Amino acid sequence: MIPVEEVATNPVEPFLRMERIPHIWCPGCGIGTSVNSFTRALIESEADLNKIAIVSGIGCTGRVAGYMKLDSFHTTHGRAIPFATGLKLARPDLTVVVYSGDGDLFAIGGNHFIHAARRNIDLKVICVNNLIYAMTGGQAAPTTPVTAVSTTSPYGCYEPPFNLPYLAAAAGATYVARWTTFHVRQLARAMKEILRRKGFSFIEVISPCPTLYQRRNKMGDGLDAMKFYKEHSKVKNGAPTAEVGLDIAGDIIVGKFIEIERPSYADVMRHQLHARLGDRYACEEGAVCQ
Amino acid sequence: MTADPKGVLTGAHFLDGDQACTEGCLAAGARFAAGYPITPSTEIVERFAQRIPTVGGVFVQMEDELAASIAIQGAVWGGAKAFTVTSGPGFSLMMEHLGYAVMTETPCVLVNVQRGGPSTGLPTLPAQSDMMQARWGSHGDYEIIALSPSSPQECFDLTIQAFNLSEEFRVPVLLMMDECVGHMTEKVVIPEAEGIEIRPRRLTTLPPDQFTLYATNGDMVPDMVHAGMGYRFHVTGLTHDDRGYPAMTAQAQDKLIRRLKGKISTAAERIAFRDEEALDDAEVVVVSYGITARVAQRAIEDARRKGLKVGKLRLITVWPFPERQVRELAGRVKAFVVPELNMGQMALEVERAAGGRARTIPVPHAGGTVHQPADILRAIEEAAK
Repeated sequence: MIPVEEVATNPVEPFLRMERIPHIWCPGCGIGTSVNSFTRALIESEADLNKIAIVSGIGCTGRVAGYMKLDSFHTTHGRAIPFATGLKLARPDLTVVVYSGDGDLFAIGGNHFIHAARRNIDLKVICVNNLIYAMTGGQAAPTTPVTAVSTTSPYGCYEPPFNLPYLAAAAGATYVARWTTFHVRQLARAMKEILRRKGFSFIEVISPCPTLYQRRNKMGDGLDAMKFYKEHSKVKNGAPTAEVGLDIAGDIIVGKFIEIERPSYADVMRHQLHARLGDRYACEEGAVCQ
Repeated sequence: MTADPKGVLTGAHFLDGDQACTEGCLAAGARFAAGYPITPSTEIVERFAQRIPTVGGVFVQMEDELAASIAIQGAVWGGAKAFTVTSGPGFSLMMEHLGYAVMTETPCVLVNVQRGGPSTGLPTLPAQSDMMQARWGSHGDYEIIALSPSSPQECFDLTIQAFNLSEEFRVPVLLMMDECVGHMTEKVVIPEAEGIEIRPRRLTTLPPDQFTLYATNGDMVPDMVHAGMGYRFHVTGLTHDDRGYPAMTAQAQDKLIRRLKGKISTAAERIAFRDEEALDDAEVVVVSYGITARVAQRAIEDARRKGLKVGKLRLITVWPFPERQVRELAGRVKAFVVPELNMGQMALEVERAAGGRARTIPVPHAGGTVHQPADILRAIEEAAK
């Protein structure tokens, strides 16, 4: 008989709703890996977990909110960002994280993304990009590479995809990074950075969908995806975002591309109202009037 | 609990319905609004944007009505009382989040200053054409509360009522105005703050380890918590169990939908506010609401001068529909006359509740202006035959 070895509790368990485990994600999926990095970022950031809210949209990544033991909101398709905007503006004391997928944030929710970035709402947006609509069975997304097969591009996709870091930077994001689910430490570090900084921050997490993307495109399983990420990722911190677009088999440029300071929406609002109204401005409680 | 005096513009004012609605929001304690410009409702958030910085709160202009109608819900779960405002095309876009608020039991107020439709329709001209959309517009089975003001004074009063009902039942409440009421200017009397009753949010008194997000105790409405209070709760638009966790079973669906409907339907009679006149000996009852009720008032008075026994049933609460009252009246009157600025929407409800025991005579109007009293009078005379 093999002796049973006692193991310590997984350090991420206190951050998860363990009563909801097992999760719905497939073997080899990268979403859970990204969640692991996120919990490690929470541990290292030493943030007050009672003051962090996580907001998701719909889709496989949209389920992240439901597994995190935080104040968590599983909203409607594409609308995590405007929900988070309302929450953050009403409660400036909360750290508000948006955790959702590429289809959710950039197709149906694309308009909200660019406007929140433009306004510089103090949100931490984490996008797991698996290059496909996974929850609905593998349809083409605005991130699906040209020639990739999906159920709605059975002869190969012929729409050009978004370059998400370029889009985020152009819209006004103050922090833009990309990592893959192979880069768990770098990803955790980036997540910790955005938890601690102010301003609209964006991390793209390139992640495999072995069930619906890798398999249909004959790219192997989750392990093969890790090997691909390992061999084809090139770390280029500060790379011009215009040059980090993805194609089906090319290199994946990863790193921190943008980190700038810009006054947040709430800061500018308070400053402007204070300048125009003086003492008549009833600045919200706890907020700093400049 | 009474109103916070900071937001209450006590006194007699000359306001239009849109402005009065803003003052109602402020008096009710709304400290967050999100909006997207659309005629003829925009004045409500314009005034809010002007007033709120000195009262204390936030107005944010969002990129569309989808965003506005969910931003307010984020604010509500953060602890604010919040509302949004729109008209026809924007109301269509808000249906998605009306459903989300129903499903997640998020108290909030949506104001629709109705204009002619379908589609872009008549942006600057009145209609009451979204009454059925108010009831059925979002997908799925649910109950809703909708109020219909007939004057700027009621725009103030019913806005406060809308917030109070939304807090009591944890349901989105619709204020179904129309362009005429929105742009009509009249005297509006705003009481002292201590004279305005405000329903506070039903926050739990239980500690986190004893609290279950959607567990009910006594009535069918659960107590609430806000983000940042240490409860680490989960909210989803999916069918969920008492913990708020997704529950993809027919049993969970049945339990949830019956409660969401039941919490409104069991209270329907208590919240079916009406303005009634001369129903005791009426042979004909004019059922109307909003601006049309004021045109109907003239027709009713003209008919009485002609010796006809005409009663008035003005719906202040439009949804839930006062089914029992109409059913009872149907047993003793000849007919209902139902003028409305649509091609016959609430008339269908009157007919259904009457159950064939009295005639229902719609007085349809496609919108763009109000009825002529003579058109309603003719229908009353027809009904009295």
